[in-house]
Amino acid sequence: MTCREVADFVGDYVSGDLPDATRRRFDWHLVTCRNCRRYLATYRATIAAGRTAFARPDADADGMVPEELIRAILAAQPPSPGA
Amino acid sequence: MIAVTMPGRPIGGAFPETAQAGSSADLALLTSLRARDPQAYERLVREQTGRLLSVARRLLRNDDDARDAVQEAFLSAFRAIDRFEGASRLSTWLHRIVVNVCLMRLRSRNRGAAEEGLDDLLPSFSSNGHHATAITDWSQDAHAALEQQETRALVRRAIDALPESYRTALILRDIEELDTAEVATMLGITPNAAKVRVHRARQALRTLLDREFRGARSS
Repeated sequence: MTCREVADFVGDYVSGDLPDATRRRFDWHLVTCRNCRRYLATYRATIAAGRTAFARPDADADGMVPEELIRAILAAQPPSPGA
Repeated sequence: MIAVTMPGRPIGGAFPETAQAGSSADLALLTSLRARDPQAYERLVREQTGRLLSVARRLLRNDDDARDAVQEAFLSAFRAIDRFEGASRLSTWLHRIVVNVCLMRLRSRNRGAAEEGLDDLLPSFSSNGHHATAITDWSQDAHAALEQQETRALVRRAIDALPESYRTALILRDIEELDTAEVATMLGITPNAAKVRVHRARQALRTLLDREFRGARSS
């Protein structure tokens, strides 16, 4: 397996979707290739960074729920049964 | 009636309810909603609007559009409530509806616009298939740096810098935590195409973050 193939398969690798035989070749390549170990670590860190970046309150600068929006939603009356 | 559709399917009534089944509290609320109990509607709206607004803001990046999308999503949900079977949580169902409303707005907003590619942000290799340049491992530095609000804002800006279709796929998969099949259904593409799009988006985002974190490491 080449570094290029590792980069192609890394998404399936982190989600556990690689077939066993391919995963074994992937794992063996990692043993022998420092660049790909680093690529895998930073690929995982990228996913984690995205989650963390949006998980904290500062991600939603307008985090307060506007009361006028709630009133507007409530004012849109749902149809009565049979309507 | 507002036509809120997924590619090939109406939203609200026939939406796949594949997540965790609704709780008994959900079922009690659902019964009240179907009876058109105004207090139940108000409770649902007050409980869910903040979360749904955050989802819409993430996808649409415009507060007015996000508010409109949430309002439209609730209206669609209200109208489809009799067809909601309770096989998933109400909150999950509402989440899927607002995501779909946002995607339709994005499609409408971007119709006809040419999208730039992201080839420049994908990894490069030499002719023998090895990485063309040495890779730096900044994963631990990033983990620590993300404690800082400034770093989290930097990551959000990097995600916003991705071409729209990649940005959307990445948000659906990694931030909204839909599975690949759900992302594919939402985007109207095959599961394999969804998987490839998310993977390329992550690779491109990794390159953008590499520029930031590698630079910080060497400074």
